[in-house]
Amino acid sequence: MSGSRRFGALLVAALGAVLVFLIVPVVGVFVNVSPAELLSSLGEEGALDALRLSLETTAIALAIILVVGTPAAYLLATRSFRGRSLAVTLVELPLVLPPAVAGIALLAAVGPSGLLGGVVEGAGVELVFETAGVVVALTFVASPFYIRQAQAAFAAVDPTLLEASRTLGASEAETFARVAIPTARAGLYSGTALAWGRALGEFGATLVFAGSFQGTTQTAPLAIVERFGTDFTGALALSAVLVALSAALLLSVKLLSGSAAFGSGASA
Amino acid sequence: MRLRRVPGILLCAALTAAAGCGGDDSGGGGERGELTVSAAASLTEAFESYAEGTPGEERFSFAGSDELAAQIRQGAAPDVYAAANTELPEMLAEEGLVEQPRVFTTNSLVLAVPKDSEIESIDDLTVPGIDLVIGAEDVPFGSYTLTVLDRLPAADGEAILDNVRSEESDVKAAVGKLSQGAADASFTYVSDVAAASDRLEAIELPAELQPDVAYGVAVVKDAQSPEAARAFVDGLLSGAGTQALEDAGFKPRSGG
Repeated sequence: MSGSRRFGALLVAALGAVLVFLIVPVVGVFVNVSPAELLSSLGEEGALDALRLSLETTAIALAIILVVGTPAAYLLATRSFRGRSLAVTLVELPLVLPPAVAGIALLAAVGPSGLLGGVVEGAGVELVFETAGVVVALTFVASPFYIRQAQAAFAAVDPTLLEASRTLGASEAETFARVAIPTARAGLYSGTALAWGRALGEFGATLVFAGSFQGTTQTAPLAIVERFGTDFTGALALSAVLVALSAALLLSVKLLSGSAAFGSGASA
Repeated sequence: MRLRRVPGILLCAALTAAAGCGGDDSGGGGERGELTVSAAASLTEAFESYAEGTPGEERFSFAGSDELAAQIRQGAAPDVYAAANTELPEMLAEEGLVEQPRVFTTNSLVLAVPKDSEIESIDDLTVPGIDLVIGAEDVPFGSYTLTVLDRLPAADGEAILDNVRSEESDVKAAVGKLSQGAADASFTYVSDVAAASDRLEAIELPAELQPDVAYGVAVVKDAQSPEAARAFVDGLLSGAGTQALEDAGFKPRSGG
């Protein structure tokens, strides 16, 4: 069966090419900066500020996404209603929007002279140039990554399981919390990781909507681009930290969700 | 589940193969007669209008001058580098990355505000609560801004710096924030306000505060089309480029 062997070789070659293409830039970040340089440029106040701000804002954005996105995804996955596919499409829209467009759209919607600018101002909330604005931008661009995954995960839950729960007397809310969520766990974890990763890397929407100011709105990706002009080592050092953080995030979620991270072909 | 993965892998293979083919035959960028120009964001309108009258095709990359210089240091080689100051091109020349730079135009820094603004002078910026955006200190329009603030009485300079809400990486980003009503004021070039005159107005700075804003241009050493690059630069020094710059609100280079 030389045909199938040739096909197998093609697949291996393709995977090899993909891995090399994806890994080499990441390796480049680490070989260009010595550990000593990395530590010293991280010692800078601005770098630590940026990392702290990134962790804080992504954590808050993620909490909002989980709390609101999980029930929303459950509804999309388990009920059929008029306008459902429209809702699904709308939820996915930010996925395909260029980040800068997302930033401009947010300005046009909730910026000072935007559509709802008066409402936001009336409520005493300031978003532009404020950390809250960063959270809004992150939530906007990252939530579809979670909701899509969560929706797929809920849709994959065996309906008879939910039915059984109801038959046994559990309320809708109990069924959601104690059957649906635990059963869809793996998908929810991976959606969380994707959304977090996207939020951690967010650049364009934050810059356009919230601005860039150390300690308030300058997250790690913004600090990296600012350093790129004058301090390439500093930019690399911050990049290295973000790569490490993202990798740790992905790995921990893989472990949490119980699917073998590497190796063992028996993926769920 | 498993069956659905195969097409994904094939797609990746196809994409990789396509990317590979592309990489093989391109001799490294610039096609025949095409010129790549890395230019300060403030030159956007002037260069685009200059390009309409040139025989060749130009590909522009507009961004903060410092960012473009960093790209050249990292090995990206456009044909022409034009910056909103003279220091960056001179530094690149000292590092052997570009040919001898020339000053080709000047500009002035102004206080830019939205049309309906109540701000009338730089003194109004000291009032707490004004949302001011300035350039990051490494990008020329940011360092000119700091020069201006340095020339003010220390207390005024501090008060104005306290109102800074965002540090932008290029001047067009600051103009965008102003046009959107997100910020109350910024220091930009007079040419940027001219390009957005439907929404912004310029407040001139007192002469004693005005920094010298001179633009330097150089042909990049590794240029793909050095001849076309030199012609482009010559046109800026005396030719269609000079006119385009003037129309966009730039001023002639002094002593030229």
